Amino acid sequence: MKVKIELSGGLELLFDKKKVHEIEFSDKNEIPLKDLILYMRDNLLKERSELFVVDDTVRPGILVLINDADWELFGGISYNVEDKDTIIFISTLHGG
Amino acid sequence: MENTATKKKSKLCEVCNVSRPVLKRPKTGEMICKECFYTVFEDEIHHTIISNNLFKRGDRVAIGASGGKDSTVLAEIMTLLNKKYDYGLDLFLLSIDEGITGYRDDSLETVKRNQEQYQIPLKILSYKELYNWTMDDIVKEIGLKGNCTFCGVFRRQALDRGAVMLKANKIVTGHNADDIAETVLMNLLRGDIPRLQRCVNIITGSEGALPRSKPFKYTYQKEIVMYAYFKKLDYFSTECIYAPNAYRGHARDFLKDLEAVRPSIIIDIIHSAENFHFREENKMPVQRNCIQCGYICSNDICMACDLLKNLNSGLAKVKLSINLKRGKDNNNNSNNNDNNNTLKLESTSAATTTTTTVSN
Repeated sequence: MKVKIELSGGLELLFDKKKVHEIEFSDKNEIPLKDLILYMRDNLLKERSELFVVDDTVRPGILVLINDADWELFGGISYNVEDKDTIIFISTLHGG
Repeated sequence: MENTATKKKSKLCEVCNVSRPVLKRPKTGEMICKECFYTVFEDEIHHTIISNNLFKRGDRVAIGASGGKDSTVLAEIMTLLNKKYDYGLDLFLLSIDEGITGYRDDSLETVKRNQEQYQIPLKILSYKELYNWTMDDIVKEIGLKGNCTFCGVFRRQALDRGAVMLKANKIVTGHNADDIAETVLMNLLRGDIPRLQRCVNIITGSEGALPRSKPFKYTYQKEIVMYAYFKKLDYFSTECIYAPNAYRGHARDFLKDLEAVRPSIIIDIIHSAENFHFREENKMPVQRNCIQCGYICSNDICMACDLLKNLNSGLAKVKLSINLKRGKDNNNNSNNNDNNNTLKLESTSAATTTTTTVSN
C-alpha cells in the first residue's frame, strides 16, 4: 500500500523542511493511523518529536485531514489508513 | 476500497443534506460540507461585526497583517464581507517589521503577495524607523530574557502609529477565540485584574488611541486554519526565532488539552470572562499622554519611551555617541516621513537609509 503524507503550518520544519512524503508498506494493505504516526515519528521526523506526538497521538493543536476532510469525521486516531490515502497534518500552533 | 468509499460517504452535511461533510465544527459538533462551512464561517463573522457595531460606512480600517494564518484569513474575510454586504470601508494592510532576520523578512513577502491578491494598499513600518532599534539589535543588547516585552510594547504602538500614517480611524487584528481564551487564562493565573477585565472586550483602546477590534473573537483557530486550507490561501508559518514565550505556550498547551476533551471549552471560557463582575475599586488607571511622545498611557512616560530610554542608556559608549549623533540628524530632518508629526521619540531615525517605509 502507498500513503501520501503532507505537512504544513510549520510542521514540515520538524521533517527536514519536506512538505510531502510518500510511504510504501509492501507487506500491508491497511495500517492504523496511530501506527502510521509512530512510524513517521521514528523514521521521518528529524527533531523535537514532542512537538508532533504526545501520548501516542498527534499533539493537540495539530489538525489532521484524511483525503481532504477533517479526521474527526472518521474517528480520529482510530482510523485505519488504506492504500492511496492522503493524510495531511497542519499545525495551528505557529504564530498567526 | 469500494466499501470504505461508501462508508466515508454514508453521512451527509448536517446543514444542506446534499454534500459530503469535510469538517466537524468544534463549536457545535455539526458535520458540514465545504460550501456550508464557507457560508457559516463568513456569516458568523459578519454577525459579530454587525451585532457589535464594529464599523461605520466610510471608516478607514487598517488590518494588522503579519503574513500568518489569522491575519491572512482576516484580510480575505474583510475584503469579501466589505464587498458582499457593502460595508463601505476603505481597507489597508499594515505590517510591522520588527527587524528579525529570517522571520519577519520572509513573512513580509507573503503580505506583499496579499496586497496584490486583495488589491488593498500596504504599509510596512519598521521598528528601526520608529525606534532606531531592530529586534535583532535589541536581542544582541539584552539577550533572550525579556525581549518579548520590548517587542510587544513596541508593536502595539507601532500599529497605532502606522494606522495614523494611513489616516485610518480603526484597526482590526486577527486575534481569534483561542487567543482570547488563552489570554483570559493567563490573566486569571497571574491575577492581573485590569487586563482580565479588558481582555475579552471586542473593541479596545478607544480612549485616546485608535479603536482596535477583533472580528474573530468568536472564531476558532481550527476553523480559520481549515478555511485557509480549503481556500488555498497563501500564508506564512514559522515560529519567531526569539520567542519561546513560555508562559503563553503553557496556557496554550493546557487549553488544547482541554479542547481535545471538550471542544466548546474555548467559547465557554470567553463567555465566562464576559460575565465576570469586578468590584468598583478595581478601577482602570487614569489615562493620560506620554510627556515625551504623546502616546496614550497611564504614567508620565509611556512604556515604549521608558524601554527605549533604558536601551539607549545601557549602550556601550561608542554606540551611544553614534546614536546621539543619529538622534541629532533625525531632529533636523524629522519631516522625512509625512504624518510623522505624532512621533517625537528621541531616537527615531528617519535618517536611516535602510528603512522600508512603504512597500510598492
